[in-house]
Amino acid sequence: MDRGFIHIRGLSKKYGAYTALQGIDLDIAEGEVVCVIGPSGSGKSTLIRCINLLEEFEPGSTLVVDGTPVARGAALQKVRAEVGMVFQSFNLFPHLTVLRNVMLAPMRVRGLPPGQAERRARDLLARVGIAEQAEKYPGQLSGGQQQRVAIARALAMEPRVMLFDEPTSALDPEMVGEVLDVMRALAGSGVTMVVVTHEMGFARQVADRVIFMDGGRIVEIGTPAQIFDTPREARTRNFLGAVLNH
Amino acid sequence: MDLLDTFFNVPVLVRTYPMLLWGLWVTIKIGVVSIVLGLVAGLALALVRLYAPAVLRALARVYINVMRSIPLLVLLIVIYYALPFLGIRLSPFMSSVAALSLVSAAYTAEIFRAGIEAIPKGQFEASGALGLSPRHTMVDVILPQAIRIVIPPLTNNCINVLKDTALASVVAMPDLLKQATQAQAVAANPSPLIGAAIIYIALLWPMVSMVSRLERRFGRASR
Ligand SMILES: Nc1ncnc2c1ncn2[C@@H]1O[C@H](COP(=O)(O)OP(=O)(O)OP(=O)(O)O)[C@@H](O)[C@H]1O
Ligand SMILES: [Mg+2]
Repeated sequence: MDRGFIHIRGLSKKYGAYTALQGIDLDIAEGEVVCVIGPSGSGKSTLIRCINLLEEFEPGSTLVVDGTPVARGAALQKVRAEVGMVFQSFNLFPHLTVLRNVMLAPMRVRGLPPGQAERRARDLLARVGIAEQAEKYPGQLSGGQQQRVAIARALAMEPRVMLFDEPTSALDPEMVGEVLDVMRALAGSGVTMVVVTHEMGFARQVADRVIFMDGGRIVEIGTPAQIFDTPREARTRNFLGAVLNH
Repeated sequence: MDLLDTFFNVPVLVRTYPMLLWGLWVTIKIGVVSIVLGLVAGLALALVRLYAPAVLRALARVYINVMRSIPLLVLLIVIYYALPFLGIRLSPFMSSVAALSLVSAAYTAEIFRAGIEAIPKGQFEASGALGLSPRHTMVDVILPQAIRIVIPPLTNNCINVLKDTALASVVAMPDLLKQATQAQAVAANPSPLIGAAIIYIALLWPMVSMVSRLERRFGRASR
C-alpha cells in the first residue's frame, strides 16, 4: 500500500519539550479496522486526536485524510465532517435530549432539514439499540447507553472514518459488551475505524491490523494473529504478557 | 408623631409621588438600556477576550481592567464634563447610559468568560469533532450550558447597574434620586427621600432574593 485513505508520514507532536509522537508513518486503507494498543502514555490518544486535529502537530508532518491535508483552515471542517470521534468520557451535550444530540450536527453542518435529521437520528438510535430513550437527557442514561448515543451521534454525519479513544474504559464491566457489539456491527459496514482500546479480545476478533505503540512510536504493526501470537519485538511481548495475564 | 411628620409626611408624599414615579420611570429607562447594552457588549467582549488574536485579547483585557478600576462617578463626570472639550457633547441620558454600560460590559464580560471556561473541554472537543463551526459550537453547545452558570452573577450585576443609576443625578438627569431631592426642596420636607429609598428597595428586593434563591439552587445542583 503506497498511499492510504489515511496517509501519515513523519507525524510528530510535542508538548513543550516533551515529545509525545516521534515520526509516525502509517497508511490505513478505506474500510480497514485498525486497533491501537500500548501502555499508558505511549501516544495512542495523541495519534488519533491528530487525525481530526484535536491536537495540533509539528510542522513538517504529513497527515492526509481522503486526499485532504489535515490543517487549520477551510479544509478542516470538511475533514472533521468526514471523521467521527467517540471519546472515553462520551462528551454528550447534557442540555439536549438524546434525539437532539444526534440531530444537531447533521442540521448545522450538513444543512439537513429537521424532519430528515430526525428520521436519520431515530434510525441510528434504533441501530444502536436505544430507540426508546430518544426523548431522555444524557444524564438519565447508563454509561453504556450514553456511549451508544455518542456512537449514533458521530454516525449521523455519515463519516467515512470513525475514531474511538478507549470507548469502553469508563464503563462498568457489565456495559462493555453492549458497546463492543455496536462497534463490531459497525466494523462490517465499510466505515474505516481506528480504535484505541485495552480490549484485546475485541482487537483480536475485529481488527484487520493491530498497532502496538510505545514511547511515541509505532513499535510493531501486523495482523492480530501476528501481534498477539508471534510478536517480533520484546516490548510487544512484555506489554501483552502484562495485560493478558490480568 | 413629630418624627413621622418629618420623615413620613403623608400629605407631602401624596403631593410629590407623581414626581417620584416619573423619576422611577427615568431610572428604569437608564437601567434597562444600560443593562441590555452591557450584556450584548459584554458577551462580545468575553468572546474577544477568549478567542480573538493575541493583540485584541490583550486590548480586551486592558479595557476590562480599566473599567473595573475606575470609579463609576469619575467615569460619568469625565464623559459629561470632560468630553465636551473634545467636541463630544452627550446628553445627561446618553452620558449616564454610556458610563453605566461601559462598566457593565466589563463586568459582564468577566462573568461570561468564567461561565464559558467552566464548560468541560470535552464539550468543545465533541463539537469540533462533529465539524460544528466555532459559531455553532458557541450558540448550540457552549452558551446554553454557560447561561445556567452565569444567571446568578448576571442578575447581581443588573442589581448593581440599577443601583448605580442614582449617580445619573449628578449630571442633572431627572432620575428617581434627583426627583426626590427636588421634591424635598420644594416641600421643605425630607419625606420624598424616604419615599425614593422605599421605591429603590421595592424595585430591587425581588431581584436580590431571586439571586439568593438561584445561588442556593445552583449551589446544591453542583454538589
Ligand atoms: N495536554 C498535554 N500536555 C502535556 N502533555 C501531554 C498532554 N496530553 C498528553 N500528554 C503527554 O503525552 C504523552 C502521550 O499521551 P497520550 O494521551 O497520547 O497517551 P495514551 O497512549 O493515550 O495513554 P493512556 O492509555 O493513558 O490514555 C503522555 O506522556 C502524556 O503525559
Ligand atoms: Mg489515551
